[in-house]
Amino acid sequence: MNTIPVEAGLMLAGILFVLGTISVLVRRNIIFMLISVEIMLNAAGLAFIVAGSRWVQPDGQVMFIFILTMAAAEVSVGLALILQIYHQLKTLDSDAANKMKG
Amino acid sequence: MKELLWLIPTLPFTGALLLILLGRKLPRFAVSLIGAGSVGLAALITILVGIDFNSSSENSFQQIVWTWIDVAGLKPQIAFHLDALSLVFIFVITFVGFLIHVYSTEFMQDDEGYARFFTYLNLFVGSMLILVLADNLVLLYFGWEGVGLCSYLLIGFWYLDEKNGYAARKAFIITRIGDTAMAIGLFMLFKAFGTLHIQDILTQAPQTWTVGSEEAVFIAFLLLGGAVGKSAQLPLQTWLPDAMAGPSPVSALIHAATMVTAGVYLISRMHIVFELAPLAQMWVGIIGALTLLLAGFSALTQFDLKRILAYSTISQIGYMFLALGVGAWSAAIFHFMIHAFFKALLFLAAGAIIHLLHHEHDIFKMGGLKNKLPTIYWTFLIGSASLAAIPFITGGFYSKDAILWLSLAGEKGNVGFFLAALIGAFITSVYTFRMVFVTFFGTEKTHVSHSAGSRMTIPLIVLAALSTFAGFIELPHSIAHVELFSNFLHPVLPTITLQEGAESKEWIVQLIAVVVSLGGVYLAYYFYIKKPELPDQLKTSSIAFHNFWFLGWGFDTAYDTLFVKPFVFVATINKQDIIDRLYDELVKLADFLHRVFAWTQSGILRWYMVGIVVGAILIVTLSLLVGS
Repeated sequence: MNTIPVEAGLMLAGILFVLGTISVLVRRNIIFMLISVEIMLNAAGLAFIVAGSRWVQPDGQVMFIFILTMAAAEVSVGLALILQIYHQLKTLDSDAANKMKG
Repeated sequence: MKELLWLIPTLPFTGALLLILLGRKLPRFAVSLIGAGSVGLAALITILVGIDFNSSSENSFQQIVWTWIDVAGLKPQIAFHLDALSLVFIFVITFVGFLIHVYSTEFMQDDEGYARFFTYLNLFVGSMLILVLADNLVLLYFGWEGVGLCSYLLIGFWYLDEKNGYAARKAFIITRIGDTAMAIGLFMLFKAFGTLHIQDILTQAPQTWTVGSEEAVFIAFLLLGGAVGKSAQLPLQTWLPDAMAGPSPVSALIHAATMVTAGVYLISRMHIVFELAPLAQMWVGIIGALTLLLAGFSALTQFDLKRILAYSTISQIGYMFLALGVGAWSAAIFHFMIHAFFKALLFLAAGAIIHLLHHEHDIFKMGGLKNKLPTIYWTFLIGSASLAAIPFITGGFYSKDAILWLSLAGEKGNVGFFLAALIGAFITSVYTFRMVFVTFFGTEKTHVSHSAGSRMTIPLIVLAALSTFAGFIELPHSIAHVELFSNFLHPVLPTITLQEGAESKEWIVQLIAVVVSLGGVYLAYYFYIKKPELPDQLKTSSIAFHNFWFLGWGFDTAYDTLFVKPFVFVATINKQDIIDRLYDELVKLADFLHRVFAWTQSGILRWYMVGIVVGAILIVTLSLLVGS
């Protein structure tokens, strides 16, 4: 069976993570920021899967399921917040939500 | 009956407690009943205990109430030690204290702070009794500080006048200087003996120290410091004349009869330590001799009735110190007792005069009171005669004569001490009879509104009787062989040994003393009755001297320039508190950092993200660098 080398998998995870980070930094639209965070989470999940298959351990996949669950929860809260922000501010610009200096 | 000893200090304390809790609500009659009654009961119990003590063969009686502290070898107990010395003191304190309480019920009857006054007075009597009954020095110190506190509270009793508050603080601070010395002395005693139990120290001291050993001298000097502060002796005497700001009964009880003699008590209680330190003991005598002269001269120039008496108190305590200094222990205690009677009498009579003359203190504005206030005149005259040591008929003569004689003939006495005492005796009778002649003779200058009631006059009469007849329990050898007092004190205080071959000269000394005191009276008579213009001439011709003496030899001014002003100066410079600068800088730094970090908290999400990323990169880089 052709196996993908670990290095390639990790490289892909790294690139995805960096891309996600950069787009969180660059984007102002709050929905895109949320999507970028999802990309970062998935990058981390990919790294777990690769590592799990490298050592032939189920732990990697277990961790990925954890991350998936957490991401679902996070997105539901995040989307609720975004809806509220949009209601209040009539915009999706994250910089506009700095009134509370928080 | 001796088992009732613990009740003696407890009763006044209970009175004080009741008055603190209920004083405001109780009617004046009940307040007087609690205030005077508790001390009166204590006086009764004192008599019972005294009779029982005298009839038993033991020389001392110990009563342990409970253990106060027990830690690392220090085990002071609330325990009372009754012997002849403390019996004399508790007798004087409760008895004179009771008379003064009775007097106060009339003297203070129109005062707003009636209950407060009796609270303090009871608290004082209780503390003083603790002081003299304590069987260890920690408890003694407790009483010592207690009476200091009450003295402060009572000098500043009429606190609405700022001057009274100043006088109270002055008294408190100056005595505190002495108290600090005494506290250090106690620490050293504990270090030397591992106990502060008085009797243990007194038995161990002669075995541990040789006569004149450095440690003994040092400790004796520290104890002397405490005694000097409390008893208003040189150089800490300046507080007592100002302490007259308090009500007259307070001056009589605290600043004449009892508290100020606490120093005398302390030295005679620790007499074995002082005997082991001849240098310190000599200084007790020197301080006494100097003080009695300085205060005597100051008393000559005062015109405030109570200030004359204050200076005379300092001077008379000087006599007691002189007697202690030459080792005439029982003579000092004898003079203490007689002095307590006649000085309380004089202060109470003076208080009555001032009270009836609408708070007039100036003796030159009184005059001619002889016929207006006969009871006060006669009792005041008896007290004055005792103070001036008028021969044979007064108690003061016998007590002062003993000191005069022993300051010359005693083992440690010398001509210098004798001369100082003799000059002091002359001055005493001059200023005493100056006071009598100016106040009671001549023309009336201030109208007397009413006469004193019985609650004021009866204590005066009792004290007048005591200050006369109490003298007869100890007569000089040349007159009769009566030694009741010194025999009574003998188990506690050793009798003095005389210089060889001195005994035959006693009558000469007595003759000199008689001449001197009568001469003083005649001089006062000549100056203030016969030629009343003479004092003013003398005053104008030597105004500098007069002012110098009037201001108490400039001690106040000197202390003001030497201590108070530099202190105030340094305090003014340091108003901003130099050490505080450091902490101010810390506060500024914290404030600056707070501003910086508050600025980063902008609310812009992407900035936070940058922060997190940069932080993560830094941490990863660092861990890579350090890890490899």
